[in-house]
Amino acid sequence: MEGQPVQPAPEETPRNTNPANVGLELFGYVGIEAVLDQMRIKTMKTGFEFNLMVVGQSGLGKSTMVNTLFKSKVSRKPTGPGYEEHIPKTVQLQSVTHIIEEKGVKMKLTVTDTPGFGDQINNENCWDPIIKYINEQYEKYLREEILISRKRKIPDTRVHSCVYFVPPTGHWLRPLDLEFMRRLSKIVNVVPVIAKADTLTLEERAEFKQRIQKDLKAHGISVYPQEDFDDNPDDRILNDKIRDKIPFAVVGADKEHQVNGKRVLGRKTKWGIIEVENPAHCEFPLLRDLLIRSHLQDLKDITHNVHYESYRVQRLNESNRLALSPVNGLLGKDEVESDL
Amino acid sequence: MASSEVARQLQNDNCRPLSLSGHVGFDSLPDQLVNKSVNQGFCFNILCIGETGIGKSTLIDTLFNTSFDDRVSTHFQPNVRLRAQTYELQESNVRLKLTIVNTVGFGDQINKEDSYQPIVDYIDAQFEAYLQEELKIKRSLYNYHDTRIHVCLYFISPTGHSLKTLDLLTMKNLDSKVNIIPVIAKADTISKTELQKFKIKLMSELVSNGVQIYQFPTDDETISKINATMNGHLPFAVVGSMEEMKIGNKMVKARQYPWGIVQVENENHCDFVKLREMLICTNMEDLREQTHARHYELYRRCKLEEMGFRDTGPENKPVRVPLLKGYTDSKKSISHSHASVESLQETYEAKRHEFFGELQRKEEEMRQMFVQRVKEKEAILKEAERELQAKFEHLKRLHQEERMKLEEKRKLLEDDMIAFNKRKAATELLQAQAFASTPSVSLKKDKDRKKDPGFRLELLCFDVRDHEIVNVQEQSEREKLERDRISHREFQK
Repeated sequence: MEGQPVQPAPEETPRNTNPANVGLELFGYVGIEAVLDQMRIKTMKTGFEFNLMVVGQSGLGKSTMVNTLFKSKVSRKPTGPGYEEHIPKTVQLQSVTHIIEEKGVKMKLTVTDTPGFGDQINNENCWDPIIKYINEQYEKYLREEILISRKRKIPDTRVHSCVYFVPPTGHWLRPLDLEFMRRLSKIVNVVPVIAKADTLTLEERAEFKQRIQKDLKAHGISVYPQEDFDDNPDDRILNDKIRDKIPFAVVGADKEHQVNGKRVLGRKTKWGIIEVENPAHCEFPLLRDLLIRSHLQDLKDITHNVHYESYRVQRLNESNRLALSPVNGLLGKDEVESDL
Repeated sequence: MASSEVARQLQNDNCRPLSLSGHVGFDSLPDQLVNKSVNQGFCFNILCIGETGIGKSTLIDTLFNTSFDDRVSTHFQPNVRLRAQTYELQESNVRLKLTIVNTVGFGDQINKEDSYQPIVDYIDAQFEAYLQEELKIKRSLYNYHDTRIHVCLYFISPTGHSLKTLDLLTMKNLDSKVNIIPVIAKADTISKTELQKFKIKLMSELVSNGVQIYQFPTDDETISKINATMNGHLPFAVVGSMEEMKIGNKMVKARQYPWGIVQVENENHCDFVKLREMLICTNMEDLREQTHARHYELYRRCKLEEMGFRDTGPENKPVRVPLLKGYTDSKKSISHSHASVESLQETYEAKRHEFFGELQRKEEEMRQMFVQRVKEKEAILKEAERELQAKFEHLKRLHQEERMKLEEKRKLLEDDMIAFNKRKAATELLQAQAFASTPSVSLKKDKDRKKDPGFRLELLCFDVRDHEIVNVQEQSEREKLERDRISHREFQK
């Protein structure tokens, strides 16, 4: 028995004497479901982290949208007369981190903005800094994970979701949009939204959406929620409903107005008040629900289990090819391990 | 090509708290997390260590209120084995994959020196399996069936005095690898006062020997108070039973004796309820987390350091990765400036190869040395043989020479004898001749004759016997013999 430390157990004590795991009846109350409460308490104590990235041309209402989502001044954009928004010459990434708390649940929210995206005359490769940034976060996490004495809780700065703002042209996706989404949907969860949707009527909106969905399918771009990661039939049904409505047509607003005696968030125009949280007016509630109320954990899980893992595989294979130069002659070992 | 510049406006440590002006809705996050876990199911692995017949299986049955496979084992196991069985339990919507590992034959051997070793090996093997999975390139940790032992229930015999040496030894070897919860088994054999003394004695022994048993966590306000009181009740004195008796108007699990009934779920009778509370209802999640965050990390650290990995500062073994070269040049500000991501699995393999090669080389060396020694010895022996042979030859030669000498001498002697005889014969002849003829003698003979006296003495012997004196008896016998001879001759004719 001492001679085989690596195998789970020597042959004389089989790991599992029941070939099929036996499902047993409990005769009475045991208390196993209390583990759910334990888990809840624990997670509330440790808190959550969420990293969001917003990408789109300037003027599409990204910062306003984020503020509306989290009902607070997450991105500070001074809006006053005489203020000229300075368009940077190159794509920059700016991250702000806040801690927000609601009903005892603490969340560390990081929002990364991308001013300068798509604003130049020549927009070739403007997605590169973004891709680089996302990979940097994966790299940081990987390095922490590989340490010998590693932290109990590795700080997670990986981008969990990238919201892409599509300008409301009403026609099709532009080449820039397609290029960007194609590249990024492979490494991060991309959620496309139609920005400033109050310029489209409902019919135009529906047509636009159809065209976008067709375009995405034609180019093989899989945006969140991805079809491949539906765990069970219930999830699939739920996600199919969401997939029908992608991309959401949203309107952002951070001012409150009085409508029917209630104070609502909205945009006041001469022809009416667009209520942001009214599902009949725009699809902001759907976006909020997707991102925060129902699928936040799912976004994080897919980032961790799928995108991060594929980054890791790629990275380790690269460093293998370097390490396993003809000196060692151990080529082909990674094939042995990737038996899944 | 656009270059990038990340400017973090706020460092992580000084994040500004933000107030929300409305309901955002992420308070459902814990529920989302919990739902996900419920979908995946939970894993819990219990290891039971105790002597045969101390009540491990019964207690587990009672704890989980179900009847697991209870094969009674004999006392005659040659060594300690571990038997693991996995069951799927479901309560309301929670699915639990429970694995129970029993030690078969613990404490039954005559020589118990190695009793704890199989247990340590098993626990290490589970950690190793998880580590292997984690180090794989293509891994799937989220649906990996976690077999690491989360808690170890150590069953102490209710002697009432103190811990046995075997118990101390085993617990000391396990306390850094697994969460140990000691329980006093068959507690219905100890009276209340004895139990108090026993518990105090046990705890003081554990403390004085430096054994770290699992302490229920007291850092969360909701459960800290109850955990703290429970910590004072360790080790729990438990009684297990699946038989039900009617007490009052309820059916309760109990053990019936002629002198009374021990109720399992009565807190006055034993600590079973406390154990169930602590183990399952309150701290299952903490046990799992401790196993992963503390024991597994310790194992991982030791194993990797053993294999020669180091975190020297923020760098691992240097393997420059050209792909992220741009990143490394510009990212001096972020802590890991030199990108050196090592593929642990690959280096693990490489190291193993190296060690193997080393081993082989050493083996070769030893073999060479052995062969050489053998050759030397052979040479020496051959030398000795040759010497011996030479000696033998030498001796033989000597012997041969001796014999030849002896032969020569004998020949000489014989020659002498022959010569002597000849001379004798010759002299006799001469004398006879000298007697027979006198004149014709040579001068020589003259000489001889002069030497000889010149006459010879002859002795004539006559048999003079008187014929008349005859022996009558002899005569008659002679005549009889003659007659017999004649008759015999005539008969033959």
